Amino acid sequence: MIFLALILVFAEMSILAVGGVASTLPAMARAVVARHWLTAPQFAALFGLAQASPGPNMMISTLIGLHVAGIAGGLVATAALIGPSSALTIVAAGVWERFREARWRRVLQVAIAPITGGLLLAASAYLVRAADHGWRTAAITGAVTLLALKTRLHPLLLLAAGVVAGVIGYV
Amino acid sequence: MPAESQRLSHAQLFQAFFVAGLSGFGAVLPFLRRIIVERRQWQTAAEFTDLFSLCQFLPGPNTVNFAAAFGSRHRGVSGAMTALFGLLAVPVAIVLIVGTLYERFGALPAVNHALGGLAAGASGLILATALKIAGPSLRRWAPLAVVVLTFALFAVLGLPLPLVIAIALPVSVGIVLLRAK
Repeated sequence: MIFLALILVFAEMSILAVGGVASTLPAMARAVVARHWLTAPQFAALFGLAQASPGPNMMISTLIGLHVAGIAGGLVATAALIGPSSALTIVAAGVWERFREARWRRVLQVAIAPITGGLLLAASAYLVRAADHGWRTAAITGAVTLLALKTRLHPLLLLAAGVVAGVIGYV
Repeated sequence: MPAESQRLSHAQLFQAFFVAGLSGFGAVLPFLRRIIVERRQWQTAAEFTDLFSLCQFLPGPNTVNFAAAFGSRHRGVSGAMTALFGLLAVPVAIVLIVGTLYERFGALPAVNHALGGLAAGASGLILATALKIAGPSLRRWAPLAVVVLTFALFAVLGLPLPLVIAIALPVSVGIVLLRAK
């Protein structure tokens, strides 16, 4: 039954991930916390781990599935997250020639951009609230945001700095 | 003859996406592009951009969508699965190991603080990404209104995501059509 729950949660996210998986993070978190699989800070920690790991930006599903139902859960959750969207993409890629120039496609593309922006800002708001529980963590978030916006430092470097700051701040 | 007309083998698909997935660390796209357009010349730059923009337009992780689309173009569903497996096999394996370590050691105080710093840093990264992506939309009133609407519905009112999209999408499309007149 747990596998069915994992499939339902992540398959839904797959279809709603307009502009990428990050857009669904608050919805994913709410679904996961409501089922008492994780607390919000745990979700933020797993998100951090997923960001620090290689591969595309969707590995949080693997970590959640692993936490809930072991390695099999991790694999099931991952497959559920990529299954529906990949199937849809395969179909769309097949008929892309036909609708590439269609006016409705271009209108839709322009219309989706600000929605993705709003969803990503919502995801940031959720994660910042889940991850920042004091001035130290808020400072880390603020510093990383500024550095990511203003410099070309590698994201992994910024995450590593966050880890070091997290440990130093409490020792 | 366009670059895309040669039909790749499963082995070629697997190898290319395997290398890209390994190099990635969250930024798979540049490596994917370098392999497909520059090294192997399986697509021209224009063809790559075109297919990738489709993959961003559709829901789902865009590099994963690209693996499915590109793989299916050459070898159908089995090609898509080969490309996906190549892209994800090692990253998923690594993440499973990292996750298992987290399950085992995550509660230790030092580890806990390290993860707290990591989560704080990751939220900063995504905030920066959100600002970069939302940035262009914030400069004109029409997309700005849609950004605010989406944010308000999802983050402030806490409506379920399908409902948020069901409301925001027609509004956004309507605005685009009105402004195009």
